[in-house]
Amino acid sequence: MTLEIDHLTVTIGDRAVVDDLSLRLDDGARLGLIGESGSGKSLTTLAVLGLLPRTARVAGSVRLDGRELLGLPERDLARVRGAVVGTVFQDPRTALDPVMTVGRQIAEPLRLHGTVTRREARRRAVEAAAEVGLPEPDRIVDRYPHQLSGGQRQRVVIATALITRPAVLLADEPTTALDVTTQAEVLRLFRRLVDERGASLLFVTHDLAVLAQVAEEAVVLSQGRAVESGPVTRLLHAPEHPVTRGLVAATRATTWRAS
Amino acid sequence: MTGPTGEAGSAGAAGSAAGAGTAGTAGGVSEPTLSPLLSGRGLTRTFRLPRRSPLQPGPVRHALVDADLDVGPGESVALIGESGSGKSTLVRLLLALDRPTDGTVTFDGRPVEPGRAAQLRWFRRQTGVVLQDPYSSLDPRMRVGDTVAEPLRHLHVAGDHRALVAEVLERVGLDAADAERWPHEFSGGQRQRIALARAVVHRPRLLVGDEPMSALDVTVRAQIIELLRELRTDLGLSLLLVSHDIGLVQHLADRVAVLRDGRVVEQGTTDDVLQRPQHEYTRSLIASVPTID
Repeated sequence: MTLEIDHLTVTIGDRAVVDDLSLRLDDGARLGLIGESGSGKSLTTLAVLGLLPRTARVAGSVRLDGRELLGLPERDLARVRGAVVGTVFQDPRTALDPVMTVGRQIAEPLRLHGTVTRREARRRAVEAAAEVGLPEPDRIVDRYPHQLSGGQRQRVVIATALITRPAVLLADEPTTALDVTTQAEVLRLFRRLVDERGASLLFVTHDLAVLAQVAEEAVVLSQGRAVESGPVTRLLHAPEHPVTRGLVAATRATTWRAS
Repeated sequence: MTGPTGEAGSAGAAGSAAGAGTAGTAGGVSEPTLSPLLSGRGLTRTFRLPRRSPLQPGPVRHALVDADLDVGPGESVALIGESGSGKSTLVRLLLALDRPTDGTVTFDGRPVEPGRAAQLRWFRRQTGVVLQDPYSSLDPRMRVGDTVAEPLRHLHVAGDHRALVAEVLERVGLDAADAERWPHEFSGGQRQRIALARAVVHRPRLLVGDEPMSALDVTVRAQIIELLRELRTDLGLSLLLVSHDIGLVQHLADRVAVLRDGRVVEQGTTDDVLQRPQHEYTRSLIASVPTID
């Protein structure tokens, strides 16, 4: 499935927080959206999902396989959100309902987006838990989020996003709250899932080093505008726009380098 | 378990690291013989978990076991490890915010024990702390100047507080006039500068940072690393950093201690530990860090 964003502009008050942004996410592609806080990257994903705050005004176009999403009624959008687009946000501590078992949360999109029996929902939840590498999947589905580690919780969030077998995955800083070893596992998981499923991935991050692990191409955002785009290796080694150059220089000054 | 273990220790590891010829690493690695500024010996902290049966006491959890750690004058030491490894417990004990089950802490040779504020004032004057989140660490109802001046009041520091605040704000790259403004008027990076100003306004000899960068954008991170380097040189500060950010540690620390499951599994110069890790856990940790080369 192809996601096309054309001349997307999001205005809050009199400020364009996303300014004339166009990008295209092809079937099976892994695209990064990179920028600092306030660059508009998260608002772009929210615009795709129709989850912008009410005070925001949106212009332009967001199409999934040619179908316009902007302006769709909430009922249709909700269907798109779960069945077609899976979403993983930053913090697994707040993304999960503390009083719902892991298995029910993983299967919730199925119950919302289709008619499955309770037994079928559980079976699929166990399957999804196994797929994202949760230990003892048939037992972990009966536990509660607080009984899991941070990395396990983020896997639960990913399993929830994947259960409907969405064609497009949106991930907004999905590893920021995780320890490095867990981060490495989750990034591997994303790569594997995209490769095995042929889904496409839009990965939002402020971290170039993380981006380089998952995306082939990236768009650099600054103050709501796309200032540069291209293959990640090219952006890293031959950045052209001053914003990209600044990001690369700061990344080199702060990230780990083996000698 | 390979490599130096917690008990043999830390002392052994520091000794062998220093012996292995560490010349050339940043900023003067302290010799083990030189008396440390801050020193923890045999630090252990256990917690009694809730009982599971009415007849037996609850099980004991070892948050930290027999940890030794020194920070020399002017030295920068980092504690790395993942969530739950005991790094925050160790820092709390070293700062006398919690009482060890066993072990001792000394500062400049003088014992440090948790107790009443007045008894610890001498120690608080020598230390400053910066925490992770610059959005929650500043009181939104206090003007920046009052927030920064707070340690001066609480620690009964003599002198013209307004002048000291103005000076320290400029030192961290802000404006003296910013003292009149409110926290919400500043970006995350500027707030972290304010938090740093507050941490060093009383001229401590040791600055402790608990994940001081994790909430910041990469360009801001680079600026704060630069600022910490400057403060270290200009004020002769010692640094104790707690972080899971290996990049930050590589760019700021002279020595590194690696914690896992409450034990110091490895410590030595930053170069030795990060580039030639001895312990299997350190190796897996470093292999997981994303790089761009």
